[in-house]
Amino acid sequence: MANGTLAATLENYLEYKSKKGIFAWILSTDHKRIGILYLVAMVTFFWVGVTLGFLMKLEMLTPGKTIVDAQTYNTFFTLHGVIMIFLFIIPGIPAVFGNFFLPIQIGARDVAFPRLNLLSWYLYIIGGLFAIISLFLQGGPIDTGWTFYVPYSIRTTTNVILPLLGAFILGFSSILTGLNFITTVHRLRAPGMTFFRMPLFVWALYATAWIQVVATPVVGITIVLVIIERLLHVGIFDPALGGDPLLFQHLFWIYSHPAVYIMILPAMGVVSEIIPTFAKRTIFGYKVIAFSSLAIALIGYFVWAHHMFTSGMSDTSRMVFSLLTFLVAVPSGVKVFNWVATLYKGSIELRAPLIYVMMFIFLFSIGGLTGLVLGSLATDIHVTDTYFVVAHFHYVMFGGTAVILFAALHYWFPKMFGKMYNEKLAIWATPLIFIGFNMLYFTMFILGYLGMPRRYWSYLPEYQTLHIISTVGSWILVAGLMLMFGNLIYSLFKGKPAEANPWGGVTLEWQVPSPPPVENFEEIPVVNHGPYDFSTINENKDGKS
Amino acid sequence: MESLDATNTIVQQEVGTKAHHISDPHQHKDAVGAKIGMWLFLFTELLLFGGLFLLYMAYRLQYTKDFVIGGQELNIILGTVNTIILLTSSLTMALSIAAIQRGKKDLSIIFLVSTILMGLAFLVIKYFEWTAKFSHGIAPNSPELLSKPNGEIVFYGMYFSMTGLHALHVLIGIVVLSFMLVFLLRNKITKEDYIKLENSGLYWHLVDLIWIFLFPLFYLIH
Repeated sequence: MANGTLAATLENYLEYKSKKGIFAWILSTDHKRIGILYLVAMVTFFWVGVTLGFLMKLEMLTPGKTIVDAQTYNTFFTLHGVIMIFLFIIPGIPAVFGNFFLPIQIGARDVAFPRLNLLSWYLYIIGGLFAIISLFLQGGPIDTGWTFYVPYSIRTTTNVILPLLGAFILGFSSILTGLNFITTVHRLRAPGMTFFRMPLFVWALYATAWIQVVATPVVGITIVLVIIERLLHVGIFDPALGGDPLLFQHLFWIYSHPAVYIMILPAMGVVSEIIPTFAKRTIFGYKVIAFSSLAIALIGYFVWAHHMFTSGMSDTSRMVFSLLTFLVAVPSGVKVFNWVATLYKGSIELRAPLIYVMMFIFLFSIGGLTGLVLGSLATDIHVTDTYFVVAHFHYVMFGGTAVILFAALHYWFPKMFGKMYNEKLAIWATPLIFIGFNMLYFTMFILGYLGMPRRYWSYLPEYQTLHIISTVGSWILVAGLMLMFGNLIYSLFKGKPAEANPWGGVTLEWQVPSPPPVENFEEIPVVNHGPYDFSTINENKDGKS
Repeated sequence: MESLDATNTIVQQEVGTKAHHISDPHQHKDAVGAKIGMWLFLFTELLLFGGLFLLYMAYRLQYTKDFVIGGQELNIILGTVNTIILLTSSLTMALSIAAIQRGKKDLSIIFLVSTILMGLAFLVIKYFEWTAKFSHGIAPNSPELLSKPNGEIVFYGMYFSMTGLHALHVLIGIVVLSFMLVFLLRNKITKEDYIKLENSGLYWHLVDLIWIFLFPLFYLIH
C-alpha cells in the first residue's frame, strides 16, 4: 500500500483541503462536513424560532395588546411552528448527528449516495429561504398556523404559496436523506456488523428513515393540491365547489403524525447511546429496544386521526383511532423502562450529556402521559385546542427531542470538533433550562385545563397570573439556552483538545481519532461483538497493561 | 442468491482495498445500492399518487352519479391510443436496456430514441385532449364548469390534477431519458455499467404503471 497517499486521507476532516475557502465546505460530499453544515443552519433557524416564541410569550404578559397586534401574533405562531417543525426538529438529529455518525457507527467511509446527501442540504436551505422570503413580500407573512388547514389557507390573502413550496422542498430533502440512510444501512455495514450488532442509534435512524420515505410523499401531494387549489380553483379542497376539507385533514395528518415519530425516534436512539456509555453497562433489552423502534414506526403510521377527534368523524373511527393511540404508547414505555433498568446498578458517571438524558426521561414521561389524556375521547373533548395541547407537544418535542439534541451536542462535541466543552458551565445550564421549561410549559397544562384556548392573542383577566408565571419561565429558559450555546461556542475556539475517547464509549466512533479522519477508518474494522460490550473492552485493556 | 453473492464480493472489495479513492474519497460505485435507492424513490412516487387515488375513491363514493357523467364526456379513443403508446414505449425501454446488456450500442440508442418519441407523442395527444376540453369551456374555475353540479366540478378537478401531474412525470421522464441518450452516445453507459439506464427505465415503467390505473378510473368505469 502506498503510505504517502494514505496519509493524505487520514488527515482530520476539519483540516482536509480539497477546494478553496468556503467551497471546501459547501461543495463537500463528506458526510461529516454535511452534518456540520446542517448543524450551523439548524442552530440559526432554532434561534429565529426561539426569538419568535419569546416574543409570543411577551405578548401574552397582559390581556390585549402588549407589544404586537393580533395579526402579527398570528404570523408569529405560524412562523414559530413552521420554523421549529420543518426546519429544526424534523431534520434535527438525523441530518446533523445521523449524517455525522451513522456511517462511522456501522464502519463505513460515507453514506451510500454522498452527492445526493449534499443535494439534500441544498434543498433544505432553499426550502428554508422560501419560507423566509415570503415574510417580506406583498400580502404579508403566512397566518394559517403550521397546519395550513383549508379552507382558510385557500382564502387568506397572505403569502401562502411560497411557504408551502418551501415545505414541499423540505419534504423532498427529508425523503432523500431517508432513502440514503436506508441504502447505507443495507449496503455499507462493515464485515461482521450484523443488524443485531448495530448501535441502537443506527436502529432508530433506520426506523426513522422508513417513516420519512413512507409518510412524506403524502404531505407532498397534499401541499401541491393546496397550491393548485389557490392558483386554479379546481375544487378538490374547496367546500364551495364540492371539495371536502376533512379529506385535507386526513391527508395532512397521515404525514404529520408519523412526522412526530420522525422527530422523537432519533432522540430515543441517542438516549440508548448515552446511557450505556455513562453507566458503563450494556443496554438492558437490546433487541426489544431495536424492535420497539420499528413498532413505533409501524403503529405510528395508523394513529393520525387522533388529531381530528372533534372534527366530526364517525364514532367508530374515533374509537379505533383512540385504541391505536393507546397502543403506540406501549413501545415508548418499553424503552423508558429499559433505559432505567440499564442505569440500575451501573457505575454511573454523572456528566452533562447524562444529565440532559435524565431531564429528557422526566419531561418526556410527562409529555407521554398527558398524551394519553388527549388520546382518550372523553377527556380530549374538554382540552382539545387549548393550552393543554400546546403544553403536551412542547413537553414531547422540546422536552423530548430538543433536550436530547442538546445532550447529543455535548456527547459528541469532542468527537466532532476535537475540543472539550466546559463541563461546569454545561452542568450549570441544566437547572436553568429545567426550571425555566417547567415554569413556561407546566403552567400551560393548568391554563389549558381551565379553558385557555390556543392561538388566542388576548384572554380573560383571571388567566393573567398563570400567564405571567409562564412568561417569566420563558426568560429563565432563554437564559439557560444562551448559557449552554455560549459555552459550546466558546469551547469551539478555546476548549482543551479532546482525546479519541473521552467518555470511555465502546461504539465504533470512539475507536477513531477526534476529530475523525477524512475517510473515517484507516482500514475498515471487522466487528465481532455487540455494540455495548464493555467486558471485551475492559479485558483488552487489562491484556495490554 | 445471486444478489447475495454480489453483496459479499463488494464487501470483500471494500475490505481488501484501503483508502484508495484519493481523488474523491467519498465516491464509490455500487450498482445494487443504486437500485435499492431507486426502488425506494419509486415507492415514494407511488405514495404521492396514492394520496390522489385516495381522494378519487372518497369523491367517487360521494359523487358517484356525477363521476359517471364526467367519465362519459372524456374521449375514450384518444385515451386508448395514449395507453397503447405508453405501453409500447415501456417495451422499447426494456429492449433498450436488453440491447446494452448485450453490448449492442446502436440498437440500444434506436430503442431509447423511440421511447422518447413515444413519450412526446403521448404529451401531444394529451395536449389536444385538454385543449378540446378548454374549447368547450371546461377548465378549472371557468363559468361553464362552475354552472355544473359540485360533483362534476370535483371530477374535473381530479381529472386535471391527476392527468396533469402524470403528464409532468412523463415530461421529467423524457428529460431524464434524453440525458441517458447523451450518456449512451458518449460511452458513459456501457455493457459493464448500465445502472443509470436501468434506473431511468424503472422510472419510465412507473410512469406507465400510474397511467394504467388512471386510464380505467377516468375513461372506462361508467
